[in-house]
Amino acid sequence: MALLQNILWAAFLLVVVLGFVTYAIYFERKVIGWIQLRKGPNRVGPLGLFQTVADVLKLLIKEDTIPNKADRFLFILAPVITFVPAFVVLATIPYTADWQFADLNVGLLYYFALSSISTIGILLGGWASNNKYSLLGGMRSAAQMISYEVPLVMSVVGVILLSGSLSLNTIVEGQAGGFWNWNFLPQIVGFIIFIIAAVSELNRTPFDLPEAESELVAGYHVEYSGFRFAFFMLAEYVYVYAIAALTTILFLGGWHSPLPFLDFIPGIIWFILKFSSIVFFLFWIRATLPRIRVDHLMSLGWKVLLPLALVNIFVTTIIIEIFK
Amino acid sequence: MIRTEELLLNVGPQHPSTHGVFRIIVKLDGEVITEATPVIGYLHRGTEKLAENLTYTQVIPYTDRMDYVSAMTNNYVLCHAVETLMDLEIPERAEFLRLIVMELQRIASHLVWWGTYLLDIGAMSPFLYAFREREMIINMFNELCGARLTYFYMRVGGVKWDAPEGWIDKVRDFIPYMRDKLDEYEQLVSGNEIFLARVKGVGKYDAQTAIDYGLSGANLRSTGVKFDLRKNQPYSIYDRFEFDVPVQTEGDCYARYLVRFEEIKQSLRILEQAVEQFPEDGKIMAKVPRVIRPPEGEVYTRIESPRGEIGCHIVSKKKPQPYRLKFRRPSFVNLQILPKLLVGETMTNLVTILGGIDIVLGEVDG
Amino acid sequence: MSDQKHVTEMDPKEAKKEIEENEVVEIVEPSPNQAKLDRLVDLVKSNIAEDAVEEAYINELDRDLPSIVIRSPYWLKTAMMLKESETLKLNYLRNVSGIDYETYFEVVYYLLSMSTDNQQDICIKIKADREDPSIPSVTSVWNTANWNEREIYDLLGIQFPGHPNLKRIMMPEDWEGHPLRKDYEPIDPEV
Repeated sequence: MALLQNILWAAFLLVVVLGFVTYAIYFERKVIGWIQLRKGPNRVGPLGLFQTVADVLKLLIKEDTIPNKADRFLFILAPVITFVPAFVVLATIPYTADWQFADLNVGLLYYFALSSISTIGILLGGWASNNKYSLLGGMRSAAQMISYEVPLVMSVVGVILLSGSLSLNTIVEGQAGGFWNWNFLPQIVGFIIFIIAAVSELNRTPFDLPEAESELVAGYHVEYSGFRFAFFMLAEYVYVYAIAALTTILFLGGWHSPLPFLDFIPGIIWFILKFSSIVFFLFWIRATLPRIRVDHLMSLGWKVLLPLALVNIFVTTIIIEIFK
Repeated sequence: MIRTEELLLNVGPQHPSTHGVFRIIVKLDGEVITEATPVIGYLHRGTEKLAENLTYTQVIPYTDRMDYVSAMTNNYVLCHAVETLMDLEIPERAEFLRLIVMELQRIASHLVWWGTYLLDIGAMSPFLYAFREREMIINMFNELCGARLTYFYMRVGGVKWDAPEGWIDKVRDFIPYMRDKLDEYEQLVSGNEIFLARVKGVGKYDAQTAIDYGLSGANLRSTGVKFDLRKNQPYSIYDRFEFDVPVQTEGDCYARYLVRFEEIKQSLRILEQAVEQFPEDGKIMAKVPRVIRPPEGEVYTRIESPRGEIGCHIVSKKKPQPYRLKFRRPSFVNLQILPKLLVGETMTNLVTILGGIDIVLGEVDG
Repeated sequence: MSDQKHVTEMDPKEAKKEIEENEVVEIVEPSPNQAKLDRLVDLVKSNIAEDAVEEAYINELDRDLPSIVIRSPYWLKTAMMLKESETLKLNYLRNVSGIDYETYFEVVYYLLSMSTDNQQDICIKIKADREDPSIPSVTSVWNTANWNEREIYDLLGIQFPGHPNLKRIMMPEDWEGHPLRKDYEPIDPEV
């Protein structure tokens, strides 16, 4: 019985996530449209609300092409490997104090461990396509993942030290009682490193080198079409969801209200508000910034972010020791 | 044994950043280019051959299609060449109209360059901002001659259409508007750290190399050579206006960016003066015989197009058709330096450098 | 009618040009660039060879442009001299055109000096046989000539010995004939 219930909940979450992806894409196109003096989607359905649905439908009924010289097995496997971890990491995200699918005591570790698997899918896809552009895209993706996974994990060590737990639920509990208790203030350095590394992990502008369309045409998914392509697309947006949720939890107090007298508003509303502003932020920088160069990306990751993250851990430890 | 091999990558002719049908075959060692071979000719329409069977007026629309981002200057160079051969006196009002449209065209062309260059570098929005302003210029041209891209506006001896009522006022209003927008552009892009890191020191060459490769326009002026045909070998009525020739000394992509940006400002300055001095009325066409038969001889005229020195070499045999018509196409000449610049650069810089040269494929292929 | 009149107007000028080409000294109004042309001719004659200059004249139609015709065998040496010469420093090659005059080919080089203050244009012409046209390449002197010479080779079929990579540039590699020749017949007239 419990198993059935779990499966039903998982299915419900999938629907929520797919709904989010649908409207995140719509929202992104609208936001970027406004920034760029355009209207964005406005034809399919009222205000263009069904545009993404139509797009997904189109991808579904599109012919599924696999290049002749491609490595068939890996080519088919790659989108799956990319998508599954993206969805699985969502299990540990706590939306409110008691609305969470799995309260793992190593929740944060679980998230980082699984999310790095997706990159293997991207690398495989780039390799299996047997296309030079996608190979370059896949290589870039691997290099980027290795360089930015490290500062990403390092940047949250400060948060872990503050709350003394890897459980996401406990981390949020520790931030109750107003925005001055949220982690982004004591961990401002960690917060900034986290945001930069997270955008890089998402492969979004200004770090969208693996699919840099002006250089590599479409990078690792040049040869993909139809629903296999949709899987890559889906994975990207599910990670947007995941990273936005994670940032909210780690640094912005999760479901807690910014001021104590606003506590009467349900926690889920606060969570959605914070979550949406991060999603908006991601779209905003996409419309504003140019793309960074590969070598700059590497030197930023290794020479700036990583040392800074290490210093941050060091300083945090000392301060915790002093004020204990 | 681990064995590495060079990757032979074919970029183009269908590629998002080759600005048309340019193709370049690069040998990559990792992401570093070891050899680059440009392949052109995919848009070769034989304009020069076609021109040998057309009258001079009939050739003008073909020039529109050469550098389609800057058709007005192309119109002018051909008309100017025939007029030089025939020793024609152009009416004052026609000269002013020509100058105004050419400077507007320069702004429009640089805006297209600015937008697409940032698109190459990965910033999406500037492209649409630039096109908003360009659209205003295009609309003005549309009002003037009924076309938005291929104008066919100039004729031997003057221009085809007079400015409609209130057109000059529109140009006058456009100047402060554009200045305002330029400040906005500068705030958005010119100081952006990522942008600066992408263009500073990239695609560098010195004045000696630039001259040796016959570069012209912003590509030459970015190395410190102060050479602008509007100043150095004035044509039309450019000698009546005050403007500066922007020069940078670095010779990298950023210098070229700054030069072009400053050129927009200088064009606005010229426009400001031209609009003030615009003659109230007057003829827009000189007295030109119906069948244009320039005297036997040859002439090479050159003007400063947004991309550099565009020249027109006519050999006339006193026939209505040119015996030989050759265009010196700045994009074609400027592109020659590309293979030299690319060696040792990364794949990412290929796009930056190619965009920085500012080519239009219709012109490269002729 | 007006057309006719126009033509007759131009005739005296043409006549003047004829005179000018034959006997430079006897022009009624010497062109302001005459002195420059003389100096240029002297320079070429003294540095290269007495018979290097085939012809020298002022192109009045083109703003008194000094033009000289160099004999093909001396061209490369002359080109080097023009670029290196202290007084001329013609280091900027602005245009190269090839012309098919039906009985012979002509390649026209427009040169400019970027380093001296007086940016004087000079036009240099080299004639080539109709049968087996060949002109020494000057790519080693001015890099600008590289693609320009390839274009002329492609469209007119003039050989440029000494060119580093003389291949077709506009037309496909397997194209037959040279389209800009006056007697060019396409293999397939439909194309």
